[in-house]
Amino acid sequence: MIHCLDDIETGRSARIVAIEAPDDMRRRLMDIGLVENTAVECVGKSPLGDPKAFLIRGAVIAIRSADCRKIIICAQPEDPRTAGDTYGIRS
Amino acid sequence: MESGPESARSTASENRLVIKKQAESDTIAAIAGNPNVGKSTVFNALTGMRQHTGNWPGKTVAIAQGHCRIDGNGFVLVDIPGTYSLSPHSAEEEVARDFICLSSHDAVVVVCDACCLERNLILALQAMETGCKMLLCVNMMDEARRKGIEIDLGLLSERLGVPVVGISARKRKTLSALKEALSGLCEAPAGKMYKIRYTGPLERAVESLQSVVERAAGDRFDCRWLSLRLLEDDETLLCGLERSLGFDITRLGEIRAAVGRAKEQLCEDGFDQKKICDNIASCAVLCAEEICTDAVRYDRLAYHASDRKIDSVLTGKWLAYPAMLALLALVFWITIFGANYPSGLLSGLFRWLGRLLRDGMDALDAPLWLTGALIDGVYGVLSQVVSVMLPPMAIFFPLFTMLEDSGYLPRVAYNLDRPFAKCSACGKQALTMCMGFGCNAAGVVGCRIIDSPRERLIAVLTNSLVPCNGRFPILISVITIFFIGSDSGFAGSLAAALLLTSLIALSVAVTLLCSRLLSKTVLKGQPSSFVLEMPPYRKPQFLRVIIRSVFDRTLFVLGRAVCAAAPAGLVIWLLANIYAGDISLLRHCAGFLDPFARLFGLDGIILMAFILGLPANETVIPIAVMAYMSSGMLTELSSDGLRLLFEANGWNAVTAVSVLLFTLFHWPCATTLMTVAKETKSVSWTALAFALPTAVGLTACFIFANTAGLAM
Repeated sequence: MIHCLDDIETGRSARIVAIEAPDDMRRRLMDIGLVENTAVECVGKSPLGDPKAFLIRGAVIAIRSADCRKIIICAQPEDPRTAGDTYGIRS
Repeated sequence: MESGPESARSTASENRLVIKKQAESDTIAAIAGNPNVGKSTVFNALTGMRQHTGNWPGKTVAIAQGHCRIDGNGFVLVDIPGTYSLSPHSAEEEVARDFICLSSHDAVVVVCDACCLERNLILALQAMETGCKMLLCVNMMDEARRKGIEIDLGLLSERLGVPVVGISARKRKTLSALKEALSGLCEAPAGKMYKIRYTGPLERAVESLQSVVERAAGDRFDCRWLSLRLLEDDETLLCGLERSLGFDITRLGEIRAAVGRAKEQLCEDGFDQKKICDNIASCAVLCAEEICTDAVRYDRLAYHASDRKIDSVLTGKWLAYPAMLALLALVFWITIFGANYPSGLLSGLFRWLGRLLRDGMDALDAPLWLTGALIDGVYGVLSQVVSVMLPPMAIFFPLFTMLEDSGYLPRVAYNLDRPFAKCSACGKQALTMCMGFGCNAAGVVGCRIIDSPRERLIAVLTNSLVPCNGRFPILISVITIFFIGSDSGFAGSLAAALLLTSLIALSVAVTLLCSRLLSKTVLKGQPSSFVLEMPPYRKPQFLRVIIRSVFDRTLFVLGRAVCAAAPAGLVIWLLANIYAGDISLLRHCAGFLDPFARLFGLDGIILMAFILGLPANETVIPIAVMAYMSSGMLTELSSDGLRLLFEANGWNAVTAVSVLLFTLFHWPCATTLMTVAKETKSVSWTALAFALPTAVGLTACFIFANTAGLAM
């Protein structure tokens, strides 16, 4: 089953496989460092559940659920030490 | 009106910046960086200027420039809006891109946040690609150290081939390193800078283009950079390029053929246009990642744990909204409680000074009309503005700035995004709305942070539905006069704060409602995407905030009071003392407006005060007081006289509530209207910005006054 960024629970992390969003949105996400293979951790939800907050390359970024559904992810091996830390993945 | 969104989009690029050099030899250095990395703080510290700073992305929306002198070298520093990359998504980012890529400058200082250096480097690498001299300034080193992040500045400098300095801009003494590097920068020749490496086919395409591009464009632009931009085919950049080159480079036969060939080859390698652009973007990210390996080390892994704990309360499911209201109420309570004493003190002082001035005029044998016009008219309104309006403003503004400094405002946008999205608007509108609490004109300019032109217009049109710093004192004084009583102490001020908070909640609700209305009618559309960075919480710089906002704000308000209140006072006095027939002009005007105003629970004088208050809302209550007094032949107010004065002129609870409603919702002040006109470049949108809040206010007052009238 294909997962999207909207599926991960708070405290869990994942790795980006592809961004299927339209050009403008995709470029915006890439500019903040969200490219293939980037590790992402969901760090919280807003009070109404949407948008959600993600830890991306050391910064906390809020993204709406509708946009999250266009970001395809795969599971990240659960190692809390490297969650959200891209250096951990490379080694 | 359909042409509106486009015209709003183009404003940024049309406002050309003129760089003012003090000497021909001055070095022009741009201060660039991601949003919210402290560019304005660095700029202020170096130039001694006072650009407003705050802990939220998008604070600087326009370009500011300042001058500084280091070791005898003159520098023109240009503070440009924050951007994540050189491919802009909003009007303000376009300003930044155009300045870095297209305008002539000698160097770029890229300010980075040490706490997320890797992401910040993406922009730095892109800026280096343009071939200009660069200085990397890693800010917030102290914060990073506290969080257990270690940065090897030497290694970074070696890898990048540009000077790198680490500073903590909030601590002025750490800036000497930056100054040294800056003065060294203009002397040293540009070294060999790091270049972003792209994937094989892309590199080959660039190589094939470079020589052709160099022949066509000369040395005005870096040819590798220009070749990449030709492959990327970004329309807004190519337009800007045409402006600065004086011709359209894409139309040259040679270039067209070379680009065509390169793209054909790329296509064979499986690179369509989308993949070319994606690759250009992602290679910068990967290179930034590679540069940071070993140069940035995290000692503590959960370095943001405390922020997440605060977030779990302030953006948590149950506590977020109560916390928001409680914080707002707290700010109001401090404002109301704190303003009471200085307000009484000031009005006492002004009464004493007024008597002194009157005696002085009498001693000089000044004609009666002159004494009347100057003392009762000009001085009366002026002193009212200062004593009644200034204290709450002087307290509210620094408090609000501290909230801004702490990093709470982006959380407000985060909490309110869902409701705004439901109204097909952008959550960042919550940020511009909050800015509106300070000043609606600033809020309107701030709307540039919103990417989508449609959503930006919604934010512009609805901004004055929240009361600004100039209107809070009206609300506060009417609330304290009619519902609390000015001498009821602690409990009273708390009740007043709660009342005020509910009024603000009402104005936010109306903002949402009007945004929805607009997006269902003249500004139809779907909500666009929303990406908002939430910065770490920071301890506000109490002392600096207080000093800065009291001085800047107090001076500003006093200036405006003199400019707006003095003539208004004169006009009121003249109207009250020039007679046509048996009655004064003031009574004629008030009488003319009265039947209309009564429909909405107001009276002729109040409506006239609001009309005369168009230049500055601060003057509304003083004008009304002045008008009532001059028609009642009262020359002086006792300390608790406002209530008596208003009641003697027929105010009751219904009038008071109507005034509150009309204060919340009426036409924006002249400054705001002019700003809207400038931002939208359209008369019809400005007219709508005038009409919308006015219609809301009249409707609300009409419904309230007539229901309350029936019930009574």
